[in-house]
Amino acid sequence: MSDRDPGLTGAVRAPLPHDSAEAHVSGGALYADDLAEASDLLHLAFGQSPVAHGTIRAIDLSAVRAAPGVVAVFTAADIPGHNDVSPVAGDDRLFADGEVVCVGQALFVVAATSATAARRAARLATLDIKQRPAFVTIAQAREAGSLIEATQRMARGDADAALERAPHRLTGSLELGGQEHFYLEGQVALATPGEDGQVHILSSTQHPSEVQHLVAEMLEISHADVTVEVRRMGGGFGGKETQPALFAAAAALVAAKTGRPAKIRADRDDDMVMTGKRHDFLISYEVGFDDDGRIEGLRLDLASRCGATTDLSPAINDRAMFHTDNCYWLAAVEIVSHRLKTHTVSNTAFRGFGGPQGMVAIERVIDAVALHLGRDALAVRQVNLYGAGRNVTPYGMTVEDNVAPAIIAELAESGRYAERQVAVAAFNARHRVLKKGLALTPVKFGISFTTTHLNQAGALVHLYTDGSIQLNHGGTEMGQGLHTKVAQIVADVFAVPFDKVRITSTRTDKVPNTSATAASSGADLNGMAAYNAAQTIRERLIAFATRWRQVPEDTVRFAREGVWVGGDLVPFATLCRQAHIGRVSLSSTGYYATPGIEYDRAAHRGRPFYYFAYGAALAEVVIDTLTGEHRVLAVDILHDVGRSLNPAIDLGQIEGGFIQGMGWLTTEEVVYDDAGRLLSHAPSTYKIPTANDRPPRMDVRLWQPGRNVEPTIHRSKAVGEPPFMLAISVLSALTHAVAAARGEAGCPALDAPATPERILAALAR
Amino acid sequence: MSEVRFLLDDAVVELRDVDPTGTLLDLLRYRLRRIGTKEGCAEGDCGACTVLVGTLDDQDQVHWRAVNACILFLPMLDGKALLTVESLGKPGALHPAQRAMVDHHGSQCGFCTPGFVMSLYGRSIGACGTKGKSVGDVLAGNLCRCTGYGSILAAAEAIPAGERDDHATVVALTGLRRTETLSGRYADPLSGSIRHWHRPLSTDDLAELLTAHPDARLIAGATDVGLWVTKQHRVLETMIFVGDVADLATMNETDDGLRMGAGLRYVDAAEPLGRLHPDLGELVRRIGGPQVRNAGTIGGNIANGSPIGDTPPALIALGATLTLRCGDERRTLPLEDYFIAYGHQDRQPGEFVESLFVPRPTSTTRIAITKLSKRFDSDISAVLGAFAIDLDGDTVRSARLAFGGMAATPKRATNAEQALVGQPWSEATFEAAAMALHDDFKPLTDVRGSSGYRLTVAANLLRRMWLAGTGETVSVLELADV
Repeated sequence: MSDRDPGLTGAVRAPLPHDSAEAHVSGGALYADDLAEASDLLHLAFGQSPVAHGTIRAIDLSAVRAAPGVVAVFTAADIPGHNDVSPVAGDDRLFADGEVVCVGQALFVVAATSATAARRAARLATLDIKQRPAFVTIAQAREAGSLIEATQRMARGDADAALERAPHRLTGSLELGGQEHFYLEGQVALATPGEDGQVHILSSTQHPSEVQHLVAEMLEISHADVTVEVRRMGGGFGGKETQPALFAAAAALVAAKTGRPAKIRADRDDDMVMTGKRHDFLISYEVGFDDDGRIEGLRLDLASRCGATTDLSPAINDRAMFHTDNCYWLAAVEIVSHRLKTHTVSNTAFRGFGGPQGMVAIERVIDAVALHLGRDALAVRQVNLYGAGRNVTPYGMTVEDNVAPAIIAELAESGRYAERQVAVAAFNARHRVLKKGLALTPVKFGISFTTTHLNQAGALVHLYTDGSIQLNHGGTEMGQGLHTKVAQIVADVFAVPFDKVRITSTRTDKVPNTSATAASSGADLNGMAAYNAAQTIRERLIAFATRWRQVPEDTVRFAREGVWVGGDLVPFATLCRQAHIGRVSLSSTGYYATPGIEYDRAAHRGRPFYYFAYGAALAEVVIDTLTGEHRVLAVDILHDVGRSLNPAIDLGQIEGGFIQGMGWLTTEEVVYDDAGRLLSHAPSTYKIPTANDRPPRMDVRLWQPGRNVEPTIHRSKAVGEPPFMLAISVLSALTHAVAAARGEAGCPALDAPATPERILAALAR
Repeated sequence: MSEVRFLLDDAVVELRDVDPTGTLLDLLRYRLRRIGTKEGCAEGDCGACTVLVGTLDDQDQVHWRAVNACILFLPMLDGKALLTVESLGKPGALHPAQRAMVDHHGSQCGFCTPGFVMSLYGRSIGACGTKGKSVGDVLAGNLCRCTGYGSILAAAEAIPAGERDDHATVVALTGLRRTETLSGRYADPLSGSIRHWHRPLSTDDLAELLTAHPDARLIAGATDVGLWVTKQHRVLETMIFVGDVADLATMNETDDGLRMGAGLRYVDAAEPLGRLHPDLGELVRRIGGPQVRNAGTIGGNIANGSPIGDTPPALIALGATLTLRCGDERRTLPLEDYFIAYGHQDRQPGEFVESLFVPRPTSTTRIAITKLSKRFDSDISAVLGAFAIDLDGDTVRSARLAFGGMAATPKRATNAEQALVGQPWSEATFEAAAMALHDDFKPLTDVRGSSGYRLTVAANLLRRMWLAGTGETVSVLELADV
């Protein structure tokens, strides 16, 4: 597809509000828990493992069954088919069977007449579990050699020789914490039994097809017997890519067994305990470099806590490896990635999907190099950027769209980087307790599922004879504005106003075999599929109009005022009606598969990404050297979304992603105790940013020259995940503030999240 | 007659057979079908369930407060007016607060949005605790995970301020006024027990009720007890709701100091405490979010005996005294003596915290109160240090150093105090006191901080007080914007 700008008719590129905005603000937007409840609805709660690792000797459920309001209790023995709710590896159980592998693992489900009755009863089981040794931390698992898959290695050149040769050499390490998704709407599923064993599930999921398939195989019925629907989620961020299957399967099992509708709505604490989080990492590096800070050789060791099962950890850790180059040419590099199996809840997808962890690693390396040499960190970043003759990633993909140097230069200029570094140094000289730091870091993020076959999407577009349009596609809406963007694309094809397009819930019975709405791919894939569907109908309408009015095809033109047919203006609705009378189908599917990507995972070589999204951020922070408290004072962001489909939505994704990333690196701390119990299991103990944590000055701009070099939908770029990593500028600025306070050469060992305690620790080391 | 009556928009809702620990959120969502109010956490920490509750005072004024419906028990609603997001506008006829959120792209997933709309609406009508406050402070109890807040802050600035016409509300609430204690019994099908509750209107009635039911649980704002129910599923058998005991929520400010009734809410205590010392006002600003400060009380913060309650260390440092009452008997004790051990306070059966007196600091007293937490707003202290040091010229005459988060109770640092008394106001003196803290405390390691961190920063807070006195800028919150 070529650049369609000349043909755009108004809906695309307009800063339209979210299609549900008026419903959101008036409380009328329906989420899964908002439907009127049937009088025979059963409410569910899980019985959970209190121990991290053990063998189940006996579970006595008699007190549970006898509790007031309880209608039924089900365990692994009641599952007709597969006891499996995992995305890939088959190792996530709906209910533990024989062995428990983490605290909070589901043991059974209680169905009762109220949520309170179910939750109270679920605590009454008498459990006899023989406890076994548990690996909670990365270090414990590593010592025991406990892995979810073989350690992976990605390399280019001879890193050892390059390190040997380099004029300077440094080693260092970094602990990087996990992150709770904290979608405001917790996990929820409502299963309704249908005729002949069928079941309908309303699920808060980013992946309806996966829920459908897992439920079908759990109930031992066909995929065609299960329909999964989601109109919207109250936030997802990756936390509803694989995790909803557990809840949906429990609801479906109860519905199938009792013949009554069944709803499970996780209490916030249960949600936080029972569902996976962002992987925490231990990173160590050895880097060799020249006097300008140019990296000559790099060895990186990444170790992540994957939790008790495989989930998506292989792909997540692969993506960490893919992003350890960020925007930098690494001539001789070895990246080793350890995927550790621990007795904690299985960690899962979270915005960035491992990319942020890999990117933090290289940005820390650059800061260490700069601080060692006493050189400006931005200058060190710039000498290491990809460029002509040095534009191949460690996995062998040529970087063909490298706009990082231009974005960085523009931001350094508009954000007055040099001038503000001088001011920061002056501030630090004047102040004894408070110290400032300033950092500019770039982002280059690979767009595509690295599991190549997932890069496909379908859509279904109907025109009705009144000229209204119903749109359905495989993507799910979690707040990112996907439905708005796709509806803009469809409205544009027919040159109709945006509000002529009715967006409907995502359903597996309308568009089958979909991929998760993930990897930032939603608009790229579904937008193009919907475009293709609409385009098919548009071509039929043109052919019909040509026959109907006996005019040449090139005289038929869709415009805002209607459809021009050989010089006559025909209202769009009239054309639809006439086409129907003329026996033309006004409905079409559309399909899209990303071209040109392939990846050899065994060798870690190939072109896993269709293109890259870029951005850069400049952050100024201040720390209190007595308490470790800090504030982010000012942030300037320049981000590349290609040619924006909707600048308002894109700016919202950028700012929201940044603040979420800032939370990850500053206030959000996932804490387990030695027994593997999550201590930070509620918002009282797990602190995401509030409105007062937003930097008092924040300047977010789209990079105006942005245009995707690949023929994506209207030359736009994906925007869901990349801005998250702009927040690495905050960690970098904090690192420089700590370094300034220490007043000695070298990089402070500041771990993340940079809580007051960690900042004080880095000052003392 | 055990019915609870309240006003929802312009209609009276009557509830019979009331579960005394049933929440307003569940009532709205699952019985009244007002599904715009959302459950995000069920513990008062996210604001997705924010509604406005209006109380009629004896001057026929309605005071609107943004509160969390998830931890508001039904008897607390009797005689009040309630507004939810559905009270404002509908698509096509949005209220300006809703319109501004649309126009500024203030919603993404939309799940937190109704709560934000209610907080913003409250601000636009000058609801309790919003006047003169920054938008960020008004919204600090509403979490959004999508937007990064910029669009919501921009929307807030675009919402016109305006008086709400409460005429009809006043008339309707006048009709719901009660003059006597409201009591109820609830045959609980889940616990199988008969659970009793009372809602007195005067301190005398409260004293009498508590004498008759010494095992009753007193509930003021329910910002703590609410979680016993929603999270721990505890069954409370007998409850006395004290939130409408008018003469328990009074205050009296004199040259000598400030007397506060135990039922005074944080929101109403913030300004008078701030007049005693600005650090006290700033401390109250950082207790919970606005919804918590609109519900929780000073007396509740003390009476529940938490080692990490924010007000006790500060009030101990200022030399506050506590008055307890049992029947018609009263006794007064220094606040620090109330906290005996973890979970154990000096309160006898039938006795309740009636009031608190905080002496006005003298001109020779230097004060520093600092709360340390992972997040500035709506967080619980890792360490709270409150210091009041009285000087005789350049010599320390007396010192009261109180800490929260350092021991099983809010506690004074007696060794550090001794290191200060009689010594000159100097860096060396503060250094000695900082070192002496190691003999005062052996803090715990928990989710909010390690033992070592707590000891280090506790000592650093003393050093910081010294440095602040030299004119050094010591808090990141003091920095102007860049």
